[in-house]
Amino acid sequence: MPEMPVIPFLICFPIVAGLLMFCIRDRKLANAISCISAIVIMAGVGVLVAQWLMGDREPIDLYVDTELVDHIILGAEIFLMGLVTFLCFKYKRYWISLLSIGPTLLVAYAELFGPKVEEAAHIHVDHMAILMCLIVGVIGGLIAIYAGGYLIGYHEHHKEVEDRRHYFMMLLFIFLGAMFGFVLSDSLMWIELFWEMTSICSFMLIGYTRTEEAIRNSFRALWMNLLGGTGLAIGIVYFVYQQESASLSNLVALGAIGQTVAVLPVALIAFAALTKSAQMPFSTWLIGAMVAPTPSSALLHSATMVKAGIYVLFRLSPAMSGNLTGTMIAFIGGFTFLVASFIAIAQSDGKKVLAYSTISNLGLMVACAGVGTPTTIWAGVFLMIFHAISKSLLFQDVGATENAIHSRDIEDMHGLLFRLPKLAIFMFIGIAAMFLAPFGMLISKWSALRACVDAKNIWLVVFIVFGSATTSLYWTKWMGKIISLSHKTGEKLKDMSTIRENASMGIHAVLMIVVCALFPLVSNVFVGPMLVETFGKEDQVLSTAVLVLLVAIILFVFAVPALSYVYGRSVKINRKLSYMSGINTGEDREFTDSFGDSKQLWLSNMYLEDIVGQKKLLVPSQVFSLAVLLVMLSLIIGGVLS
Amino acid sequence: MNDIVIRIIFVAAYLILAPFIGGLLEGIDRKISARMQRRVGPPVLQPFYDVGKLFKKQVIAVNKSQIFLLMSYFFLTILTGAMFFYGTDILLCFFVLSTAATFLYFAAVMTSSPYSTFGASRELLQMVSYEPAVLLACVGFYLATEVGGHVGSFKVSDIAQADYSAIMYLPGFFIAFVFILTIKMRKSPFDTATSHHPHQELVKGLTTEFGARNLAIYTITEWYENVFLMGVVGLFIINNNPISIAVAVVVLLLVYFLEILIDNTSARVKWMTMLKGSWYVTIIAAGLNLVILMLL
Repeated sequence: MPEMPVIPFLICFPIVAGLLMFCIRDRKLANAISCISAIVIMAGVGVLVAQWLMGDREPIDLYVDTELVDHIILGAEIFLMGLVTFLCFKYKRYWISLLSIGPTLLVAYAELFGPKVEEAAHIHVDHMAILMCLIVGVIGGLIAIYAGGYLIGYHEHHKEVEDRRHYFMMLLFIFLGAMFGFVLSDSLMWIELFWEMTSICSFMLIGYTRTEEAIRNSFRALWMNLLGGTGLAIGIVYFVYQQESASLSNLVALGAIGQTVAVLPVALIAFAALTKSAQMPFSTWLIGAMVAPTPSSALLHSATMVKAGIYVLFRLSPAMSGNLTGTMIAFIGGFTFLVASFIAIAQSDGKKVLAYSTISNLGLMVACAGVGTPTTIWAGVFLMIFHAISKSLLFQDVGATENAIHSRDIEDMHGLLFRLPKLAIFMFIGIAAMFLAPFGMLISKWSALRACVDAKNIWLVVFIVFGSATTSLYWTKWMGKIISLSHKTGEKLKDMSTIRENASMGIHAVLMIVVCALFPLVSNVFVGPMLVETFGKEDQVLSTAVLVLLVAIILFVFAVPALSYVYGRSVKINRKLSYMSGINTGEDREFTDSFGDSKQLWLSNMYLEDIVGQKKLLVPSQVFSLAVLLVMLSLIIGGVLS
Repeated sequence: MNDIVIRIIFVAAYLILAPFIGGLLEGIDRKISARMQRRVGPPVLQPFYDVGKLFKKQVIAVNKSQIFLLMSYFFLTILTGAMFFYGTDILLCFFVLSTAATFLYFAAVMTSSPYSTFGASRELLQMVSYEPAVLLACVGFYLATEVGGHVGSFKVSDIAQADYSAIMYLPGFFIAFVFILTIKMRKSPFDTATSHHPHQELVKGLTTEFGARNLAIYTITEWYENVFLMGVVGLFIINNNPISIAVAVVVLLLVYFLEILIDNTSARVKWMTMLKGSWYVTIIAAGLNLVILMLL
């Protein structure tokens, strides 16, 4: 068995680095350490990936005998329980502590007094784990670098917030360690701990500013995630008692051949994944999470942590394919995709649009996992990769823009291209990557549609078809806003973004275009073999020939605007004022009103609040999805008991 | 090899002939419309004279970037049609077309001119209205090629060489597609973004700030797009029997006439009515058809 010391390193190093950062209050030193640690983490992931690619790329099982570590893990869980209980009592949310105490005691009891669990590996490295490590490591590392720069601008702008950067950076790094642990573990007991760790990091980051709203939202996120964690714990303990095993791969294997013993744990773990991925009816916590400073939104609430739920569902997908759990997950995912994209239309707060779009796209990935055929997983994995990169870029960009214009309202970004050109171009690339041909997101959405047609899932086809129409609406109008000639063009703005922020965003933009261009390669080297590992067979939606054709079209679609731009510059034009029924004042942004005075022209996008507003749609769709969830879960449980 | 030569001939024919066919169709359209309104109407070749004159005029624009955005719209629309007549994936064609439409939106909205911005906003709503029907039509074509135990395909060449006309299995999809064609072709009652007729409430809407050569490019792009859309209508009919091509031509002329008739007999509706109308028709006609096909 090959030794991979880089794995424990990746899990422990960020946690140690985080604790160290908490202790260092000298800003310059802390910044340097955070930068170096982020680079070390990225290098660690590089080593892991290199080691993997150089080996025979077969799944590797490690660490069978881990009694000491098991005790440490149990201790850590009890510590977390104490922490949550303390905070719940401090802020008088007593009942939420029960959601932590209950599952922790249950798991502890099972571990100490339950049946002896059969010997199995605790760490499992395969293509999916490696891919997740890449996403977490590269994007997480870049966001950690960005965070240091961002917080300088943030605290300059928000004087009222107590400066607790050390605390913020600590949580960010501990979270990275937990994420690595989560995606590399095969032991359900370990997974349970890392799961709770990510939930609690998220909770504490949301409450960073300690305002009334932040505290309320953080506790909402906490109880929803802990509720999922409770489901997870019950599922795990049930499986341990029934099968005397705590191995995830074992559970999936049993589920894939239709063993009854696996039905309940799979359903409960899938339920937990729904809460983590903020699917309906649990979407509200992610919207509330937007009060946190932007790096945490980028890292936890769009690029990585919410993908943990997706990751679990992808793992479970062979055990969900074609059964009731799969149907439930696919329906909830598809429904969330549609409803969230509706609500996003009515949002003018940039971060909220990003949040709803995240929920919506996560919904599509969840739906892909729920259908659980190799083709849908192929599409889902690509959605995950592209979404992680472009959303992370967009969040960082909105954060940097907010530091400069002191607003994140899309209406205030009118003419951003002429006021903050660099940030506007990054934003433009990020949004284009979310929905325009030829970028990866659209291609993945296309293959998702195709895979759902093949799977004969009528509901999902309808959800995807209508959802993509509404998705383009909210993105296009945002893009239009950025490039419109501005009534504020004259206003001088200071770009607050530091070199660290620009480096991170620049790398993201390049990364996205590179991954788009390397689509066929990623498909052949990573995603194809991953499907073989998961399903025993490979089944690409798009053949390599089609992918190569796509790359050709990508080049063409990039070339056209570029060449037209060069051509357009050479054309001589006569510049005139806009048409205003003849009441122009001579100034392009003004017109003469009925008193003969000049009035400024103000243009605004439409948000259709009365039709698709959050107030109108959110509660009914929560009620509906909750009803679907409860009915389906009762059917599943009933089916097992009878 | 032979196959590729034929495909390239198709593409070349599209690139060269489409603007003439499109312009001619518009000329006939204007003539028939005039007759319906008891006018004599312009000569059939009038659209060509108009475009020719526009090219000779001095270029006037609010912003220089309009040119590059319109050029992108132009080339991407042509790419769509070329891909279609080459026989590639039909979903891919429509994705490229929607990217082209986005560039048109940018060209209109970037001026920050009030009328063109209003028109552009409505254009977005039009896109939301027709997109589901378009995507569902693609799904329908795929399912139609699957009938009889074949492997499903989104490829235009496979769809056109099926044993039966797709419309046999896709009547509902066809109804939905023709319904949204009214939006795509900017015909009343759904010409909310910009209109071929004088537009009382929004001047010229989306195209208010396009002048001279820019307007000419916009018009030619529309011709290319209309020919592509007619091609999609034809695809519902064409199968591996050569006679079906003649039938397809008749059907698409009838569809075109129907659009003219609707244009001349209806008043513009509010955008909400358009959105609701097209979504209901899509859900009911195409949705039902989809359920039946999938359960087959």
